[in-house]
Amino acid sequence: MTVFEVFRQERKGQAFQHAGSIVAPDAAFADTWAREQYGRRGESAALWLVPRDAIHEVSEWADEFDLKYRRVDGYSIKSRLKEARDRAGTATA
Amino acid sequence: MDSRGEEFLAYVQGGGQVEAGDWMPDEYRQKLVKFVEMHGNSELMGVLPEREWILKAPTLQRKLALTAKVQDEVGHAQLIYRVVEDLGKPRERCLADLVSGTSKFHNVFHYPTRTWGDVGVIAWLVDAAAIISQKALLKCSYAPYARIMKKICWEESFHILHGRDVVLAMMTGTDAQRELVQEALIRWWPPLMQFHGNPIPRDEDPMYVWRIKSQGNEEARQQFLEGYVPQIRELGLEIPDPNLRRRDDGTWEYTEPDWDELRSVVTGHGPRSQERLDFRRRFLEQERWVRDAVLAA
Repeated sequence: MTVFEVFRQERKGQAFQHAGSIVAPDAAFADTWAREQYGRRGESAALWLVPRDAIHEVSEWADEFDLKYRRVDGYSIKSRLKEARDRAGTATA
Repeated sequence: MDSRGEEFLAYVQGGGQVEAGDWMPDEYRQKLVKFVEMHGNSELMGVLPEREWILKAPTLQRKLALTAKVQDEVGHAQLIYRVVEDLGKPRERCLADLVSGTSKFHNVFHYPTRTWGDVGVIAWLVDAAAIISQKALLKCSYAPYARIMKKICWEESFHILHGRDVVLAMMTGTDAQRELVQEALIRWWPPLMQFHGNPIPRDEDPMYVWRIKSQGNEEARQQFLEGYVPQIRELGLEIPDPNLRRRDDGTWEYTEPDWDELRSVVTGHGPRSQERLDFRRRFLEQERWVRDAVLAA
């Protein structure tokens, strides 16, 4: 038996979201079951069934290289802006 | 608890969620399996009181709606047992423990369904009580469980409407029909008041402490009363509790439910406990060839 992770798309154009899993002996059985379990009220525009073993999960998220410069939280401009305004004489009271 | 366990506890209490592959304390895993498994059992056993009425439903439309509801609930059991399996307990063992009486299912599914009035009251009010508990699981600290709860809550909302429609059809019918609903309400009120469990303070409830559920038992019951007592009364139905009253601060007072009865019922001593377990046992055996055929494929 294979565990298939189910991802469903609620409307065309939207991102697929993980919705649960089903266990089935093969893809054809999984297909039938997923239609019944996730589509019998027309609530899904599309379904992806992915054998769990096929998913490669990136496990280490250590930030060894300090990648904050790639994000907004890597920049704290408040005190520098204040200093710059003070020097320029444009600070508001 | 060691420091890793304490860190985990602080994380879930701060609203953090964990995935199947993440480390979790043994105690958390055990509590989670027990809770989720009982939920799965309840979905599976919950179809039996209604199943009896598929053949006896008054119209074809009602038959179809009831069949669809039964399919939904069995589907929920399948989703929930998948979550339990990923936590380390195979479905075969869940089913074996269910039919041997080792694990439990909700009190309301241990009672008989005497009339079509009971079917309406179950679908409306038992499902209403259940959806209050289930909505509190949308924020469960165990993310895979929280995710499937979205689908479950969505489907439960149809069930409530179906139940309310059944009740309304009877309440706008003959005196005899109204009487059936009133009698069913009298039968179901005590189990409904027991449904959310004893009023243990939430910080002493391990299921809340680990944020498996996000509200205490009494909060859930108060939410049920606040939401549904007015809806029941506006139909001219009488709730069989002379002490039921809403205080000025919005808190509902009620007669203390019989907690001994609740304990006895959920440990397999309810009026239909053994009969329903026998039924499940018989079908598990009878349908073995289907599982064997699928596994052999």
